[in-house]
Amino acid sequence: MQKYSNTTATLALAKASFRSIMRSPSAVVFTLAFPIIFIVVFGFLGGKGTHIDVGIAPGSDVNNPVTAMLEKTGMIRLVKNKSKADFDKLLEKGNVDAMIDIHKRLNSVAYSVNVVYTSASMDKGNILKSVLNNLFYNKTLKPSVAEIKESTVHGREYKTIDFILPGQLGFSLLSTGVFGTAFVFLSLRQTLVIKRFFATPVKRSSIVIGEGVARIGFALLGALFIITLGHIFFGFTLVHGVLTVVNMLILATLGIIVFMGFGFIISGIAKNESMVPPISNIVTLPQFLLSGTFFSIDAFPGWLQPISRALPLTYLNDAMRKVAFEGLNLWDVKFQIMILVIWGIAIYAVAVKVFRWE
Amino acid sequence: MEKNKAIISVKNLVKKYDDFVAVQDLTFDVFENEIFGLLGPNGAGKTTTLEIIETLRDKTSGEIIVDGFSVDKQAHEIKQIIGVQLQAAGYYPNLNLIELIELFAGLYGASIKPMDMLEKVNLQDKAKAKYKALSGGQKQRFSIATTLINQPKVIFLDEPTTGLDPQARRNLWDLITEIRNQGTTVVITTHYMDEAEQLCDRVAFVERGKLIALDTPDNLIDKLVASGFERKKEVKKANLEDVFINLTGKEWRE
Repeated sequence: MQKYSNTTATLALAKASFRSIMRSPSAVVFTLAFPIIFIVVFGFLGGKGTHIDVGIAPGSDVNNPVTAMLEKTGMIRLVKNKSKADFDKLLEKGNVDAMIDIHKRLNSVAYSVNVVYTSASMDKGNILKSVLNNLFYNKTLKPSVAEIKESTVHGREYKTIDFILPGQLGFSLLSTGVFGTAFVFLSLRQTLVIKRFFATPVKRSSIVIGEGVARIGFALLGALFIITLGHIFFGFTLVHGVLTVVNMLILATLGIIVFMGFGFIISGIAKNESMVPPISNIVTLPQFLLSGTFFSIDAFPGWLQPISRALPLTYLNDAMRKVAFEGLNLWDVKFQIMILVIWGIAIYAVAVKVFRWE
Repeated sequence: MEKNKAIISVKNLVKKYDDFVAVQDLTFDVFENEIFGLLGPNGAGKTTTLEIIETLRDKTSGEIIVDGFSVDKQAHEIKQIIGVQLQAAGYYPNLNLIELIELFAGLYGASIKPMDMLEKVNLQDKAKAKYKALSGGQKQRFSIATTLINQPKVIFLDEPTTGLDPQARRNLWDLITEIRNQGTTVVITTHYMDEAEQLCDRVAFVERGKLIALDTPDNLIDKLVASGFERKKEVKKANLEDVFINLTGKEWRE
């Protein structure tokens, strides 16, 4: 008798599962269509919030009248207590829109205002520029301000797509992992496909690994497609090009493995197919809304932020953005990776308990 | 062909579910290269017995040997030499018949040509069709094809003809006989006694988990007649099914 090969069996399953996923309309819709629709909508929508973040350079005079006037405008948020080096990074990324340094001039009561803009956020810089010019000609202020010096640092332009795409990618991985895995294992169990598999010499681990490999392959293909589309049509920033894409795909793999764990749990606790969507939504919706998919979680009220910071998708999104836009490597996002790994261990510990074969 | 060599040997098989006893002290042998029928009313324990032999279900006690392998310790070896058709089992969604056969070839580690397998059950025309799109008889034939992939020594068919029309049923009998003629032992369950009489070399009757009779259909009938049994009505030379087949023809309706 030929020696039985578990690898052959696992690969045969992976191939079958991959073919099946590619032909399943719901998988394609969730993994590709939804994220792409959101990317296209937001890609064209563009635009950011209306506030302008202005950094106050360290060592800046604190009792000057200019910053007080700026705060009064209501559209300017002052960012304080950061080092010069921090501000340089923030400027470069466009996380702050400008930095001002205000000093009393030597031997004078008048102030000198030194403004640094960034090309990463030129539109907001321009708004600030006109605000400052208005102030400069303001009667009450004019005697105390002698001059405004301006300069611009060159930073990468941070576009809406750079925020939206990683979020949509995370969402795509979440829905593929959770819905796909839950549906497949539940239906294989209910239609006795798994029972028929058990009548062959295949191992249980081969069934799980085969399914997993197929789903990861499909999710990565989807991720690659989304990244390419975003890069070509909407100028999604990939700082180190292909290397960045590879790093993103590695993160995506980690993400999909964690999310598949939710799917295994749901397939175990759902009694029938109609129970899968509600339970899956309990897992996916909060993450969809609270994990910084559409909005930065900094925009959420304070009481909501701890919840956001507990969700795995938050960390995947965060890591993706850091890798894609800031050009960090995987070691730089080790904190986010660690949180995902902890989630993974916790989820699979539960999955092993609740997963059912029959 | 060597006569009466047991390929499956079941000794004192017991299966209990909590308080319910599904199989009580069942003992029988299945001989090499025979068609063995497991008969009895619903809930008699036929499927449970099959699934225990197929290593899909644990037994409470007893001993089962399949071609020299014990179900307790050598389940993996047994799975490699048997083919199993389950009652009402589905197949992997979204795949066509060729792809399904490829999948099973991988699961069994068998190198076969998928088309050859489909030809064996006369489904070559349906190679690109999905399992769901097949008729009842085609589904059963496909199920049987998947049991033959690993060139098994024994195949188990659990009610393969339930719900089929007379043509498809006869057609399946021919297929099962052909498989046996090529050297495979067949264990089958059915509710149709005409089927068991035509098809099976020996039949075992199971009732409430107990074996109540085991012999060739001929001997069982002779014994009953010898005990003075008589049918209420004189048997005619043909029955209504013969009329059906005679009127609608023998060819498959699929």
